[in-house]
Amino acid sequence: MSETLKSLRFTLLAVVAALVVSAFIIVITDIEALGNGDFGTALSTLRTAYWGLFKGAFGSLRAISNTITGATPLLLAGLAVSSAFKAGLFNIGATGQMLAGAMTGLWVGFAFQLPPLIHVPLALIASAIGGALFGAIPGALKARTGAHEVITTIMLNGIASFTVLWLLKTEAFKREGRDDAISKFVEESARLPRLFGFMGKRIDLLAHSGFIVALLATAVFWWLLRKTTLGFEMQATGFNQEAAKYAGMRTKSLMVVSMAIAGSFAGLAGGSEVLGLYGYASATVAGDIGFDAIAVALLGRSTPIGTLVAAILFGALQAGGRQMQVDTDVPIDLIIVLRALIVMFIAAPLLVKAMFRIKGEAKSFGQTFRGWGG
Amino acid sequence: MVVSAEQRKRARNVGFAYLVLAMVCFFVFTRRPGDAGFKISETSQFTLPAQGFGWALGIVLVAIAAAQLLRGLGKLSNVVLALATAAFFMSFLAWAAAGDSFSFVGMLQDTVSRSVPITLGAIGGILSERSGVINISIEGMLLAAACTSAIAASLTNLWLGTLVGVLTGMALAAVLAVMSIRYKVDQVIVGFAINFFALGITSFISFRVLVPNRDTMNNLLPVMPIRIPVLADIPFFGGIFFDQTIFVYFSFLAVAVTTWGLYRTKWGLRTRAIGEYPKAAGTLGVDVNKLRYRNLLLAGGVAGIGGAWWPIGIVGRFDQNITNGRGFIALAAVIFGRWHPVGALCGALVFALSEAVRLKIGNFDTGIPSEFLIMAPYVVTIIVVAGFIGASRAPKAAGQPYEDQ
Repeated sequence: MSETLKSLRFTLLAVVAALVVSAFIIVITDIEALGNGDFGTALSTLRTAYWGLFKGAFGSLRAISNTITGATPLLLAGLAVSSAFKAGLFNIGATGQMLAGAMTGLWVGFAFQLPPLIHVPLALIASAIGGALFGAIPGALKARTGAHEVITTIMLNGIASFTVLWLLKTEAFKREGRDDAISKFVEESARLPRLFGFMGKRIDLLAHSGFIVALLATAVFWWLLRKTTLGFEMQATGFNQEAAKYAGMRTKSLMVVSMAIAGSFAGLAGGSEVLGLYGYASATVAGDIGFDAIAVALLGRSTPIGTLVAAILFGALQAGGRQMQVDTDVPIDLIIVLRALIVMFIAAPLLVKAMFRIKGEAKSFGQTFRGWGG
Repeated sequence: MVVSAEQRKRARNVGFAYLVLAMVCFFVFTRRPGDAGFKISETSQFTLPAQGFGWALGIVLVAIAAAQLLRGLGKLSNVVLALATAAFFMSFLAWAAAGDSFSFVGMLQDTVSRSVPITLGAIGGILSERSGVINISIEGMLLAAACTSAIAASLTNLWLGTLVGVLTGMALAAVLAVMSIRYKVDQVIVGFAINFFALGITSFISFRVLVPNRDTMNNLLPVMPIRIPVLADIPFFGGIFFDQTIFVYFSFLAVAVTTWGLYRTKWGLRTRAIGEYPKAAGTLGVDVNKLRYRNLLLAGGVAGIGGAWWPIGIVGRFDQNITNGRGFIALAAVIFGRWHPVGALCGALVFALSEAVRLKIGNFDTGIPSEFLIMAPYVVTIIVVAGFIGASRAPKAAGQPYEDQ
């Protein structure tokens, strides 16, 4: 069996294993039905839930649109974590970088009046720059003082959320006539075109061209890693910082640059949510995406293609989870459990092998993060 | 005395930091007129004239900065730094509370209480990382333990509830251990998966089980503070340290015992050895993986008590995502404290203090938006880590699976 097929089989088995464990959780928490000894009801809830999960993710054009909408920010933020991993840095700060990019993109989006062909790219560039600048801070702090990025990015997330909360109440950003933290709308000319815009009346199809931006960003990440000196030096630093330094690479500048690149991906994630999905910003614009992005990057083993696949899988689970919550009383939080289990099982080929009694070699997972030292 | 370039740079940074603090004193802390009342008991308080104190401290800080920059403070530098920080903090409080008064003791009491889950989580982190397993999953352990202990305590009693919290922490630690030791999965991945799992499953249980059965399964009376006779009567400090819940006493005890254990016992020597250089320890006959299993279970149990603090120690119920990232703060405290229990305790206290300050000071109209006050703990942590701690050396083998030869 070829290498690809083998790894595909492990991925599928991991997903199956995760679904089985989740099914168990759904059934045993159906306390009311089980209390009455009504095992059949619990099982039928399970069936409706999983059918809803599938239907909501792929069952219709609208479902596919929802999957794409969910996958877009996950992919961009996932790239922010993946690219930092490649450089040996653990970027927990995608949330903060997303917020920074969301705010700069938002500002360009409402402060100027330009033709769409200029306005959209300008707003996107602004969000990439916003994210890059915010992302560069932990890089610079680490390069200058050695402060660990895990601490500084966690703290910067907090700083970013409260700064945004404050900004949204200032005259410059506040929406007229509203007292809560919600921003003005961006100009129509800065809105990312909707993917299914050609279908005219279908306003329920939310997918927007931020997905194309995300795909382009994935391509850029691939190109950066494979074709550029910078990408090579980033990976060398990530692999062995001492050796890279000895080989004459400027590892400290690379730290800052890598974090700025990571930040620009996350900034685009924030920008595409504001310019594509919402048209305005609120305090929850980044949500848990920065956190989920870590799972996306881990699942995708920090490679461009892996991150793409993981983001789409997670987007599908999210879209399907919403349908599941509507169809049954199973809360959408099950999706978080499911994601955790998938990450766990995919990371543990040895375990999946033992569970399904597969013979032969299981390739162990490379390390993403080389301890605290690097 | 030989001083390295690195040390000299640090000394200079500290000197400039004093100047910045002095500027803050002059331009911010002298802006609000009136006296600030610091209540130190029900009946007594001391007052600080906010403006006068600001001016005086500013001048002192300039003098210290000059001394630091011109000839260095040598052995005194740490003492001076601590005193200056404390005085600056008092000046800040006086500025915020100028013309009003607040319960100073209450604030410090709150600080100590709030530090409990962060400290215990950090000890969980230290125990596992010192034995060579990266523990990102503190947050998950705290959250899951908070959930199960709330349910168990509602159904039975507080002791059993806490015990279930401990067992939950241990169960998640067992997952971390088996995955990273037996199946050699990347420890960061397992850790994050555990966090996700805990967040998902507790939210899931919260909606599906706890909301419909609120009165029977998520409703308990938290523990009361225990006054320690004699010690609690010490003025000022008695109220802060010796009129607290059993969780606080346990957390201080845990710091003391872990410190003693790590540096004064055979177990501690072996633990540090398998975290630094497991091969050498293995060659000398230490069963590396067995010790790692044991220490991880211990770590999970300690973190479990930290999680039980929410429902049983203070709130009386479980809410979705009740830990709200405290496990990550605990992780930061581990690094902040350079993998030493006492250092981690200091980190936890700094963070808890800024949180308590925010809660007390938030009521005063200082003219600064409340968002910036909420941000303070995060900013303080970055400044402390970047300015004074810098690169900290982690246990060398943290993150590497160990293969028996």
